[in-house]
Amino acid sequence: MKSIVAAVMIFASTGSVLASEWPQWRGAEGFGISGDRDLPVRWTEDEGIRWKIDLPGRGVSSPIIAGSRVYLTACTGANQDRLHVLCFDASSGKQLWERQFWATGLTGCHPKTCMAAPTPASDGERVYALFATCDLVCLDKDGTLVWYRSLQRDYPNITNQVGMAASPILHKNTLIASLETDSDSCALGIDKFTGLNRWRIARVPNVNWVTPVLARRGSGIELLLQSRTDISAYDPETGDQRWQHRADGLDMISSPVAGNGPIFVPAGKMIAIRPGKSDEAPQVLWDSPKLRPTTASPIHFDGRLYAVNSVGVLTCADPADGEILWQERLKGPFSASPVAGDDKLYLVNEEGTTTVIDTKSEARVLATNPLGETILGSPAISNGRIYLRSDKHLFCIGVSN
Amino acid sequence: MHRHISFRCVLTLVALLFAFSRLAWSAEDVATLAARIKEVGKEGKGNQVASRASRELSRRGAEDLPDLLLALNDADPVVANWLRAAVDQIAERAVANRKDLPAKKLEAFVLDRRNSGPVRRLAFEWLARVDATATNRLIPGMLDDPSVELRRDAVARTWADAQKVLDGGDRPAGLAALQKVFWSARDRDQVLDIAKRLEALDEKPDLTRHFGCIQNWQLIGPFDNSDKAGFDDVFPPEKQIELEAEHAGKESNVRWFEHTTADQFGVVDLNKVIGKHMGVTAFGLSRLDAREERVIQIRVGSPNAVKVWLNGTLVLRVDEYHHGMNMDQYIATGKLKTGRNTILIKICQNEQKEDWAQNWMFQVRVCDLTGGGL
Repeated sequence: MKSIVAAVMIFASTGSVLASEWPQWRGAEGFGISGDRDLPVRWTEDEGIRWKIDLPGRGVSSPIIAGSRVYLTACTGANQDRLHVLCFDASSGKQLWERQFWATGLTGCHPKTCMAAPTPASDGERVYALFATCDLVCLDKDGTLVWYRSLQRDYPNITNQVGMAASPILHKNTLIASLETDSDSCALGIDKFTGLNRWRIARVPNVNWVTPVLARRGSGIELLLQSRTDISAYDPETGDQRWQHRADGLDMISSPVAGNGPIFVPAGKMIAIRPGKSDEAPQVLWDSPKLRPTTASPIHFDGRLYAVNSVGVLTCADPADGEILWQERLKGPFSASPVAGDDKLYLVNEEGTTTVIDTKSEARVLATNPLGETILGSPAISNGRIYLRSDKHLFCIGVSN
Repeated sequence: MHRHISFRCVLTLVALLFAFSRLAWSAEDVATLAARIKEVGKEGKGNQVASRASRELSRRGAEDLPDLLLALNDADPVVANWLRAAVDQIAERAVANRKDLPAKKLEAFVLDRRNSGPVRRLAFEWLARVDATATNRLIPGMLDDPSVELRRDAVARTWADAQKVLDGGDRPAGLAALQKVFWSARDRDQVLDIAKRLEALDEKPDLTRHFGCIQNWQLIGPFDNSDKAGFDDVFPPEKQIELEAEHAGKESNVRWFEHTTADQFGVVDLNKVIGKHMGVTAFGLSRLDAREERVIQIRVGSPNAVKVWLNGTLVLRVDEYHHGMNMDQYIATGKLKTGRNTILIKICQNEQKEDWAQNWMFQVRVCDLTGGGL
């Protein structure tokens, strides 16, 4: 019954995608959770790989899966000015189509990231790819261009030279893009059919790379935007602000996660807040310095809250009060955010090694699976398989049909 | 009953209108459809018409590719991406279905240097997919090509050839080939790699001249940029250049002075030249003499907020602090007039306290549209 309810909720939020799909960064609900069972546990470069595809260029974006298709972005060129959107058959890995675009925005960035940093989103019929250059593309599932926008032409001061990285997310017919910079900081709600703005809201002029999330409150869904100085909730269909929690030192990379009521906000210390019934400022429930994540976002799974820090310490806490239940030192560092499903946590470090944690057992580490390639993008889970993208390859892990 | 009939009539009418409209669009030529796309404006204005035209273009056959490439020639960067998607879709479908691409026309387009560089590269890549000889036949002749991407391939190939000559023991011929390829290269990574090779052969490649880095400046500052307000404030050098004048600075009066940086890439470290200040702004002035009017690029690197004016016209405005500094970080295009020209740059430092936020510096190079120094 739970899974049916979850499927209906996901359908309402993103359109015609199914529960076992992974249509945007960290999955349908954006919190890294899959309802799939029998997920892969062990693999190596040579075993357990269903298919492996050469990629034309780098990317730190994640693959997404909608229908029977995997979508991925990449960038190439001496100045990273070629932007690629690729589509593969999920079962065989066969490339179905590729579209390229010329960067219209600035291509400067920190060497760790690149222009293919934001993860695309899909409603099953269309795929929406945003690049760090602020080029935003909507293609149908067969690769026909539906609409295109150069957001830097629209708003010349929205880029930053570290590299934009927040991924767009979908809510019903609205594509939401967070473009928070030091200058013309804003968030956009864009009509997914036409590419026209439904709303545009000004945000605090503080650069950040936080992907927005959608959280349920009562019978509605709220858009959460986080900057260094605030986490604010908005109506995702109108951009109207609902509530705001102000605090200094909120994380500028990792995203918040919502539990069953509370919201866990990454910061110098993890903060748990509970929005009220109306739009008053939320109540702070607890904070915990030991739960501080870095680049990787936290995950709330099966009644536990997990965060991995810059030196690779995975901390598990009770989400009710922030009490630390256990810690495990893993080999980091981690840029990819953890994902979970089938009583397991998957944490992929920058060397491409995935640690699989058993969330039900005291033994905890089930496997460490090396791929030997740099991986910064978060994994995707769909139909019992795990998809990983390195600098050079796209991997589909799991041999089951 | 009547209501039922009238509803069916409306449905039929709508279907007929849709079919007629589809027929009308499918009868339009490539240039007309491209012209519809060229109407797109800011914030998605015109997207719906463009989307329909783009969809119609994407259904066309490979025989329409040359016309589509021509339409791309004068497209602005936004329109170019709309049109490019149709080019790729048509060509991809033709290749997948083992249908011919118009190879001769593609090659003619590639070889015509009057066509846009990126569009020629696009045509070349599809040509090379269907003609295995294209790369070897065409790339070697592109060492001086206005398309930076085509030139890059020619540089890589010629450089490898020069290295073979050197490895074979013919130093004069190898060195001459290496010098030639050095001056032909445009991408920084290639230029620096070739320069390193030349230095290993006891040559002294002139990187400053190659890139067109400006080393000589008139500087003035510091003016006030407390709370970053100085970025939008208008200071005396923005109104009129008076090299002999004295102006009120942030803490005391300031005057223009001459400075020549020894950095071969033209980096001017204002912390050393003007002094360590926070919440300040400074100006740099350079003068260029041109024999004739020409379009140029002013390429800037700075970790600070900058504005650049060419002959009094604002050509670059970046309100961003401490997100790194790279050569060619920002590129402005402008036109030199015959005779004396002035480049004025405003460099704003904010008041961040972090160690990594203390740099106050800039770098400017003036080059042609391929990035070759003037």
